[in-house]
Amino acid sequence: MMAEFALAALWLAAALSLLQLVLGALALRELPILPVSAAHGEGDHAKHGGGADRADSPSTAYGGPPPHGFAAGRTSAVLARAVRPVAVAQAVLVGAAFLLLIQLFLRTDLSVQLVAENSHTLKPWLYKFAGAWGNHEGSMLLWVTVLAVAGAAVALFERSLPERTLLATLAAQAAIGLGFYAFLLFASNPFRRLDPPPLEGNGLNPLLQDPGLAFHPPTLYFGYVGISIAFSFAVGALVTRDVGPAFARAMRPWVLIAWIFLTLGITAGSYWAYYELGWGGWWFWDPVENASLMPWLAATALLHSVTVLATRDSLRAWTVMLAVVAFSMSMVGTFLVRSGILTSVHAFAVDPRRGAFILLLLALYIGGALALFGARVGTVKEGTTFEPVSREGALVLNNLLLTVILGLVLVGTLYPLATEAMGVKVSVGPPYFNSAAGPIALALVLAMALGPALRWRRDRLKDAGRRLRVPLAATALALLAAMLLLPGMGLLPLLGLVLALGVGTASLAPLWGRNLRRTPLFIWGMVVSHLGIAVSLAGMASNAAFTEERLVAARPGETVSVGPYAVRFDAVQPVAGPNWTAIEARLTARRGGGRPFLLRPQARAFFAPPTETSEAAIATRLDGQLYTVIGRTDESGRWQLRLWWKPFVTLIWLGGFMVALGGFLALVGRVRRARRARRRGDEEAWA
Amino acid sequence: MRRALIWLPLAVFAAFLLVFLLGLGKRDDPAIRSQMIGKPVPAFALAPAVPGHPGLAAADLARGGPRLVNVFASWCLPCRAEAPQLMALKRRGIPIDAVAIRDRGEDVAAFLRDYGDPFERVGADPRSQVQFALGSSGVPETFLVDGRGIIRLQHIGDIRPEEVDAIHAAWERAK
Repeated sequence: MMAEFALAALWLAAALSLLQLVLGALALRELPILPVSAAHGEGDHAKHGGGADRADSPSTAYGGPPPHGFAAGRTSAVLARAVRPVAVAQAVLVGAAFLLLIQLFLRTDLSVQLVAENSHTLKPWLYKFAGAWGNHEGSMLLWVTVLAVAGAAVALFERSLPERTLLATLAAQAAIGLGFYAFLLFASNPFRRLDPPPLEGNGLNPLLQDPGLAFHPPTLYFGYVGISIAFSFAVGALVTRDVGPAFARAMRPWVLIAWIFLTLGITAGSYWAYYELGWGGWWFWDPVENASLMPWLAATALLHSVTVLATRDSLRAWTVMLAVVAFSMSMVGTFLVRSGILTSVHAFAVDPRRGAFILLLLALYIGGALALFGARVGTVKEGTTFEPVSREGALVLNNLLLTVILGLVLVGTLYPLATEAMGVKVSVGPPYFNSAAGPIALALVLAMALGPALRWRRDRLKDAGRRLRVPLAATALALLAAMLLLPGMGLLPLLGLVLALGVGTASLAPLWGRNLRRTPLFIWGMVVSHLGIAVSLAGMASNAAFTEERLVAARPGETVSVGPYAVRFDAVQPVAGPNWTAIEARLTARRGGGRPFLLRPQARAFFAPPTETSEAAIATRLDGQLYTVIGRTDESGRWQLRLWWKPFVTLIWLGGFMVALGGFLALVGRVRRARRARRRGDEEAWA
Repeated sequence: MRRALIWLPLAVFAAFLLVFLLGLGKRDDPAIRSQMIGKPVPAFALAPAVPGHPGLAAADLARGGPRLVNVFASWCLPCRAEAPQLMALKRRGIPIDAVAIRDRGEDVAAFLRDYGDPFERVGADPRSQVQFALGSSGVPETFLVDGRGIIRLQHIGDIRPEEVDAIHAAWERAK
């Protein structure tokens, strides 16, 4: 019964999504367009009853009482009021369907095809739970759930947007949802029954049997799909021709929330790949990693341009464009992963028909949004202008550089597809991405150091230089020290290390001379995020420059040294887990005269489905990680051991979390300030 | 200028769509084809994998008549499945040589004892070097090499009963 219930809930949610779209569109057609001036500025905060107030305005505006117009105004007000509850109900229904799917997995109900194909009664509890989204259909259901929940959140909490724009936004969100409901119901039904049910399920891909699976996909999806809000906001603003600071201020917190999740998801995903895949790398430029990086790059650019729009009313068309691009990248990513067009760990289902379906959705949504952009943005007036050397100028530079990196990553990801269409199979790997995106990323980091030191509107480089004299001196000293002490270092890691120090100091500059207790929270947010970037950069550069790797075939009893450690290979022994058996090596590592400690890397063999994975054993210290992997054995009884000493590699992820934390601080700061402003506004209105 | 810029994103997106469409259409064949088809067999000389069969060298494949080269391993299940088809090809008079990948002599001998022995020469390739040189990415794969040592055909995966005739015909054509 449960699967049928869930399927019914899914159908109902799809119907509500259609209703939301139709209601929104109808209400929008009949709600009169307000003069632009009234949609901005002082009237901004008194929008609660906006729909009802405005419904009366046609009768007065037209002089006479046109009965039709009056009635239409009344109905549209009713329609408009229904949109928010519909959005919430839709989210509740699809959320229920998703919870039921989890329940089906927890019970291992093998009469459901999806469970039979992807689960197993002997799987540990956590992986039954997380297995619900460790497959194509389940992950698409999660996708749609997040989409609906994001729409409902806007319906519930967004109070500062003009009613018309909000209606258009919710209608756009429903339109996106509708296509993906159709995809789910017609091409990827997660609740299909199997008759007769099999005796046992196929099990979950062992690479996914890791606690990371429980957190990584939902976090990433909240960011990935949450950015749909920005897309819908942009569509709403284009439909109502209402692009201005008020719109930017309303959109900013939503972009921030999605961006925080995206940052966390990418950081966690990177660490997961680092310890689970056992290759010692933290970023592989895998198409799926790129699929999550591209929306992040676009969202980061959007976050900065939206600030320019909110503060200075510039970059109107560009901000709207970025909002469209950010979610388009999420959809392209979904397409790349779900269609099986690119091979990857994440490609659960290789089915060209599904690919064609998503491609159709892509064409509709992205094509539609870009066409709307082309048709409408000409009517969006140019915002205010500014001098090149100014805060705005630095933010434009940030946007340009981020966009270039985005373009490079996109081209690198799709290039194999393009050549394959012409009959040649190639793969594009780290050499391309590192050498193409690396230097631009360093330039971007420089812009990041300079930007916050510049004033809005107009500034002089000389003044900015004076404000940044301490970081500049630190950079020069670091460069000198690095060249003297570390000769023969690669150029990119060297620059990375030096800039990390300089930029790290510069990112603190906005705090100097301020009363720290009275500094607004969103300034703290910016500082922490920028510092996080510097910390992460330091980790990347240090890992690239100082990592020591040893690949040996060793017999038990032998000692191998790597970095500051001497690692003795004591023994191998078989071990068994709930659904796997493994060969486990016992390694005793010792640093100088320090206390020895035990590391136990495993080569695991899962039996459902039969696959081998390698579980690295990692020792984390303040100044780096010792990373050990056991490989195969040869006839003479030697075992392959791979040992890495990675100085300060943990800074990469620490920095990532700092970036997300900074986003969170900014979010809290912005929301608090907006609420205070609204309260003040209400008081003034009452006075 | 501004007008053109405004429509540029849509144009770029349309181009990407086209690439995707072409990419989706091409998905029928996920196998990795050898780049060596139509080229001479690269030089190699492999030691015998089992007693009773000589080893295999590139020169053995350019002696006037077309031959099949089966890339296999005793640890590979599909190789067991295709053994009867190789025996059938052998009965039709087609000479077959083999390269045993990452294998041990006693295992190969046991494999040939249990599943039939259609091979003339069996070379041992303990590090997959010859396999990669031939452009093979897995086991089993079967290459048709003509009398001049040119690779004419690559069959990826196990040979099914219904594919025996086609391979026979290709061998006849290569004469």
